Amino acid sequence: MNITRGKTHTSAEKNPLPLISLLGRRAIYVIQDSGALFIFMVKSMVMIFQPKQLPLILEHIYSIGARSTLIVLLVGLFTGMVLGLQLFHTLVKFGSAGVLGSAVALSLVRELGPVLTAIMVTARAGSAMAAEIGSQRISEQIDALFTMRIDPVRYLVSPRIAASIISFPLLTAMFDLIGIIGGYLTGVLLLGVNAGSYFYRVQSSVEMEDITSGFVKAVVFAVIVSTVCCFQGYFTHMQKDSYGAKAVGVSTTSAVVLSCVLILISDYVVTSLLL
Amino acid sequence: MVQPLIEFKGVTKRFSHHTVLDQIDLQIYEGEVATIIGKSGGGKSVLLKHIVGLLQPDEGYILYKGQPIHQMNKREWDQYIRQVSYMFQNNALFDSMTVFENIAFPLRQTTHLNRRVIEEKVRLRLEQMELHEVEKKYPSELSGGMQKRVALSRALVTDPKIILFDEPTTGQDMIRRNAILSMISEYQKRLGFTAILISHDVPDVFFISNRILALDEGKIIFQGTPEAFETFQHPFQDEFVESLEELQEHLTGIYSKRHFKVRYQQMLHRKRSQEKFVVGLFTLEDFDGLCASLGHTTGQKVLDSLGRYINKHFGTVGGFSARQGRSQFSIVLPFSDLHEAEEILKDFSRELREEGLRTIQTEARLYRESCYEFIILGGLAESQFGVKEIDHILDQARKNQREVARVFCGERR
Repeated sequence: MNITRGKTHTSAEKNPLPLISLLGRRAIYVIQDSGALFIFMVKSMVMIFQPKQLPLILEHIYSIGARSTLIVLLVGLFTGMVLGLQLFHTLVKFGSAGVLGSAVALSLVRELGPVLTAIMVTARAGSAMAAEIGSQRISEQIDALFTMRIDPVRYLVSPRIAASIISFPLLTAMFDLIGIIGGYLTGVLLLGVNAGSYFYRVQSSVEMEDITSGFVKAVVFAVIVSTVCCFQGYFTHMQKDSYGAKAVGVSTTSAVVLSCVLILISDYVVTSLLL
Repeated sequence: MVQPLIEFKGVTKRFSHHTVLDQIDLQIYEGEVATIIGKSGGGKSVLLKHIVGLLQPDEGYILYKGQPIHQMNKREWDQYIRQVSYMFQNNALFDSMTVFENIAFPLRQTTHLNRRVIEEKVRLRLEQMELHEVEKKYPSELSGGMQKRVALSRALVTDPKIILFDEPTTGQDMIRRNAILSMISEYQKRLGFTAILISHDVPDVFFISNRILALDEGKIIFQGTPEAFETFQHPFQDEFVESLEELQEHLTGIYSKRHFKVRYQQMLHRKRSQEKFVVGLFTLEDFDGLCASLGHTTGQKVLDSLGRYINKHFGTVGGFSARQGRSQFSIVLPFSDLHEAEEILKDFSRELREEGLRTIQTEARLYRESCYEFIILGGLAESQFGVKEIDHILDQARKNQREVARVFCGERR
């Protein structure tokens, strides 16, 4: 199955309605590109289950997951600490400082954990995916795979998607945990909220549903980020008006921007479906 | 009629409004070395990429054993592409893998061979390409020439039936260039694969090719044997082929076959009726065996050194020489009759044994400790004014060849 991206077609003929024509062309381009992205995603997902994939998946779990741990923990800790500070001052106005634990934990587990983890991994590993695959494209390494009877999507894309699906929920869990500890540092140690009350509220307010919804989001973001980043890298040679190293740069930027936008849009969609 | 292995029928390829291939019709037959020559940017690589399906034609179709490749189902396509290997112009090595891993990669990914067998196969290629010292290095740490050899090793490691070489000798020095061509020729004879080659190494590439395809301005203007190409009359010959031949002559001091013939005709014009002259032919016997024992690079060094020695020796008595085949050199002695030429050959034989072989051994860096053998044959044939076809005289000289020198296990005889 050959996947090709949409192309805008320019016509030499005089057009009486240039604006409508331009909009039409852009709309066709977006639809074609979305279709290509969807087919690319389906093909990649199917190929996860091909033979000889496990070593590649493990390799990418290390580069996408393990090597993102530090940055995720760091961001998680400070997010929790900021939440602790901000929410404490807001809750004190209503005399509800005791529910700080609930507020911090629910914000993190339901929303901030999956979203911020996905954005951080996009910045660190997603950009690397796009750049790596993009440079392989322009140096004909992807063509070389094809001539060796190795499906480039199977070899380059599927293991990254599988590794992301495994890594994102784990990183999200770490983010949530360290975030709650961050909230404890500012709320309890710095601002004097009772430690027992803080942890009691965390335990009593967070339900399995909240955790599950956070993980569902993490999996959805994993698929989006890895597919978009690999797609942009894979079709680097089809970037408009950019060639070679410049095209790799454009692909990487597009991959990060598009992933972040799609994370936020899909976050809204998934939240509204789960609530 | 023999069915072509690969056939292009009316293949046209355009990029935007630029037509790169224009109604291409060509045939490539099984077990032959077909060389595509043409100017840079003329669509040679584009043509090659159609064979492996990296590009699809806008018009026309490509047949494999009579079957259109675009109509193949997945199983048929898989069987077809399994037999094809492609060596890219820019090497396309995997930059995050070492040299060893790059060569082993197609075996690891597409076969069920165990680790030990893969290692053996890769090590053999590393030895043959003189890459064993860099097996743990990454492509970016290697010179352009070495990268080329890694790419060549990777193309050969799966023992394919059809190999597409996209400028395999670019970036190599003259000795290594000929060594690579010699290696391709030797493997092709030994393994019997079909080689489709893009090369600018004119005339050297003609010696290993069974078929020449000349691509000019998007069209195949010639396809046939190298011998037929020599007599092909077209501006392409003057513009492109001759300029490459002249460059080669400038570097080696030895004429190309075509210029040799031109010089021969000029000599005939100056000769009076009944004036005699002599044509000689020298052969480095069992060149493939020599390459197998010493390596292709050293084999080429021996050949190169011998060619220069012959040219220098016979040049002093007014002779001119040319390379006639992979391991053959011809000379014309315009001012000598057969008796005189026999004396010159005897002198040459003595000097070659006394001094020349030492020079060749030194230049090729052959050491006494290693055991190798090479035999140099020489033969003469007399001709006279009016005999215009030199090939006939060369055949006669070939029949008269006898041993003029021999080296066995470092001993000159």
